[in-house]
Amino acid sequence: MTLVLDPRHVSAIRQHGEADYPAEVCGLIGGSIEGLQKVAVQLVPLVNQRTDSPRNRYLIDPESFRRGEERLERDGLDVIGVYHSHPDHPPVPSAFDREHAWPRLSYVIVGVERGRAVDMKSWVLADDRGTFEEEEIAREEGKVVWR
Amino acid sequence: MAVTVLIPTPLRSFVGGRDALQVEAGSVGEVLERLTGEHATLKPHLFADDGRLRSFVNVYVNDRDIRQLAQRETPVKAGDTVSIIPSIAGGTATVGAQRAAPVLSHEEILRYSRHLILPDVGLEGQKKLKAARVLLVGAGGLGSPAALYLAAAGVGTIGLVDFDVVDKTNLQRQILHGTSAVGTPKLESAAARLHDLNPNVHVEPFETRLTSENALDIIREFDVVADGTDNFPTRYLVNDACVLLDKPNVYGSIFRFEGQASVFHATRGPCYRCLYAEPPPPGLVPSCAEGGVLGVLPGIIGSIQAMETIKLILGAGDPLIGRLVLFDALKLQFRELRLEKDPDCPVCGLHPTITALIDYEAFCGIGAEPSYEGAEITAEQLRDEWQRNPTLVVIDVRDPHEYAIAHIDGAQLIPLSELPDRLGELDGHREIVTHCHHGSRSLKALEILKAAGFSKVRSLRGGIDAWAVNVDRSLPRY
Repeated sequence: MTLVLDPRHVSAIRQHGEADYPAEVCGLIGGSIEGLQKVAVQLVPLVNQRTDSPRNRYLIDPESFRRGEERLERDGLDVIGVYHSHPDHPPVPSAFDREHAWPRLSYVIVGVERGRAVDMKSWVLADDRGTFEEEEIAREEGKVVWR
Repeated sequence: MAVTVLIPTPLRSFVGGRDALQVEAGSVGEVLERLTGEHATLKPHLFADDGRLRSFVNVYVNDRDIRQLAQRETPVKAGDTVSIIPSIAGGTATVGAQRAAPVLSHEEILRYSRHLILPDVGLEGQKKLKAARVLLVGAGGLGSPAALYLAAAGVGTIGLVDFDVVDKTNLQRQILHGTSAVGTPKLESAAARLHDLNPNVHVEPFETRLTSENALDIIREFDVVADGTDNFPTRYLVNDACVLLDKPNVYGSIFRFEGQASVFHATRGPCYRCLYAEPPPPGLVPSCAEGGVLGVLPGIIGSIQAMETIKLILGAGDPLIGRLVLFDALKLQFRELRLEKDPDCPVCGLHPTITALIDYEAFCGIGAEPSYEGAEITAEQLRDEWQRNPTLVVIDVRDPHEYAIAHIDGAQLIPLSELPDRLGELDGHREIVTHCHHGSRSLKALEILKAAGFSKVRSLRGGIDAWAVNVDRSLPRY
């Protein structure tokens, strides 16, 4: 599968990561599956609920997930992925990311080095949960819904 | 009528793309069994290898989390809705997380069997211990029990920072080292002992003093730091480096019959500077070499440090963050103080002024003491002068129980604490030499005497220890 992000989504995720640096940021990616493409339409930035160690952990609790999901469903969209930032770490999933991952979702990670967003990559959990596989990000102008 | 199960988007492709299923069941456990029975590929995403529901899988019956109900025993009836709701977590590596999960050999499984059967450790926890990297600053009184227990517990990599040589006076409490190791570097002796205890442990030696130049590079590579230092400059250095690198700092300190322990982790609680903003003036707090320490005491405090380190690695229990444990060996009492994060803390507060490592010797006032150039006399000089001038007065400013261990014949005992009140016993016209154990208290005595108008005063460099080595070998050293 390929994740299709509009350049405006890309810059919104980067800006979110920079704004809250050195804390980790997170959010949901809403969109729909069209053939072999997951097409993003709307981002739902969320508050990182890990107040104890926000520099290296993020958490979207079930209540936030449910509210975000409902918001997307009202627009006819599904949760197709999650984005988060890695402050001062490369955008590669940690073992902690893998242990806590859900299948099929795109895990978009943006590395933020000293407050500046750098690389962005997307990952999908293998069905045996053993590895994260990198997924292509296609940047195409498309439909963008802002909330 | 059946129970409705709502499937979250990430799992829909495992159940034929549907967002809801109907299941006949009497409890949440049965619902999940039916679901994974019919859709086997779903199972690993909901349950961990040990059969427990994964921590990020939340199950609600109608609007209530089953964790607040009867977990998997929660009953369900026709018409109820069971929702599987994700919580999504992740982040960069902390304790051992980024490294590949290690495999345990049969030998290790047998060795750690008492851990493996503990539900809070188990195979996963033991692998976390094996993946973990712990740095011990100091392989002395506190570092000894900490290193032994961490190695025995199977912590994969133990870094040790020390540059000392094993001295016979260390053996009373530094149980890493044996009599045969006296005179050899502590790191060699420690590595040999730890390897014998557990050959699976990798020991990384750093035979150096921890300094502002090397601390960040050394500490960066570790998950947890256990501070077993015996001096203030290094303690502040370890603290600041840990705050800057966001590492937990498992702190312990000991003096005579009392000890303290805490866990400082600035992103989760206070740091050492929140507790002690400034060091005491140099010389005010005696070291163990000056003040003595009960040998078992570091065994207790160092073991607490090992325990807290292991809990941090496992993520088990309540860490000693924001709490200071005070231990009094004579009363055999533990007390606990709550520690608050200081919003004005210069390193971990809201507006930090320390954003890089500083000169910790200067910060602790070391190097700024008055110069004693010409005010000291060596043991050999004292012997020769005393022979030529029998009216010379030697004052022993140690305590009477030290005098009982060994004393210089002809010296007059006036403990430092009594000196200001006993100046009248001294003749200001005669040459005076003060002495103590190693030469530090006698410099304080010298200052008291100079301030009182005595001009012909000197202090014995190296104290009675130097005298025992260089002049009178019949005296025991202590």
